[in-house]
Amino acid sequence: MKSLAELQAIRDKAKLELNMRHENPNAVRILVGMATCGIAAGARPVLNAFTEEVAKRNLQDVTITQTGCIGICQFEPVVEIEIPGEDKVTYVKMTPEKVAKVVNDHIVNRNVVTEYTIGAYK
Amino acid sequence: MRELSLNVMDVAQNCITAKATLVTIEVVESDKDDFLDIYVKDNGCGMTKEQVESVIDPFFTTRKTRKVGLGVPLFKMAAEQTGGSFNIDSTVNVGTTIYAHFIKSSVDMTPLGDINSTVKILIQCNPHIDFVFSHKADCGEFTLDTRELREVLGSDVPLNTPDVLMWIDGFLEEQSNIIYGG
Repeated sequence: MKSLAELQAIRDKAKLELNMRHENPNAVRILVGMATCGIAAGARPVLNAFTEEVAKRNLQDVTITQTGCIGICQFEPVVEIEIPGEDKVTYVKMTPEKVAKVVNDHIVNRNVVTEYTIGAYK
Repeated sequence: MRELSLNVMDVAQNCITAKATLVTIEVVESDKDDFLDIYVKDNGCGMTKEQVESVIDPFFTTRKTRKVGLGVPLFKMAAEQTGGSFNIDSTVNVGTTIYAHFIKSSVDMTPLGDINSTVKILIQCNPHIDFVFSHKADCGEFTLDTRELREVLGSDVPLNTPDVLMWIDGFLEEQSNIIYGG
């Protein structure tokens, strides 16, 4: 059973980690389009896949969040990746299967997965 | 939308846009009595009577980028096509409640789907907003209140800490198994 006591243990552990970790100016942001169009196209499993992949690799300083409709509904699910100091990259028609490659190649090894980007579709 | 839980995620976004600090999502369902009710309630800025009338119009949106807004109309359609009903109750500066009533056995019933995933994502992406989620089915009911979690976690540990999200995930799965009699 998931108990509140267990949550207390998580808190204590997280506090320790917070103390050890410094604010990293190079934090990566993963933005998943979650307006009506994105949701209907299947953005939720994509967001879940990012969360799982980031947790599995224990990547620090990566935040995953939702954003609204950016106006290219025909390309949903759309994911934008922002790495400070680099150009923002927009991935289109994302699927949970594509997520591992994006995390591995782009976020970990800093090589944009060109074939999934909006440029490859236009 | 293939799942009602996706409609819920979509309309809950309106609560966040309305600057709500507390969003309540309630699902009450019964196979025995053949219905499923969904309430999405917020304490956001609310709407005037005219605005309430216009949000059910697909060609109304507050957004400036485009001329259509389909979130509420799609949810309304999903409810009404089962022979159910849909209602919005809103007061300016007090908040808005959306209520959708579904007839479960209708051939046009959209399955509820993974509502737990919706709740988890809402908490993950909006760690500064409080969510109360309650789900009642034939074999029982449960509630997840992020205000209670916050009390345990204190102010230093945000709700979107990965370990906390995993706890929420586990809690929701465990509890839904119980209320579905699994």
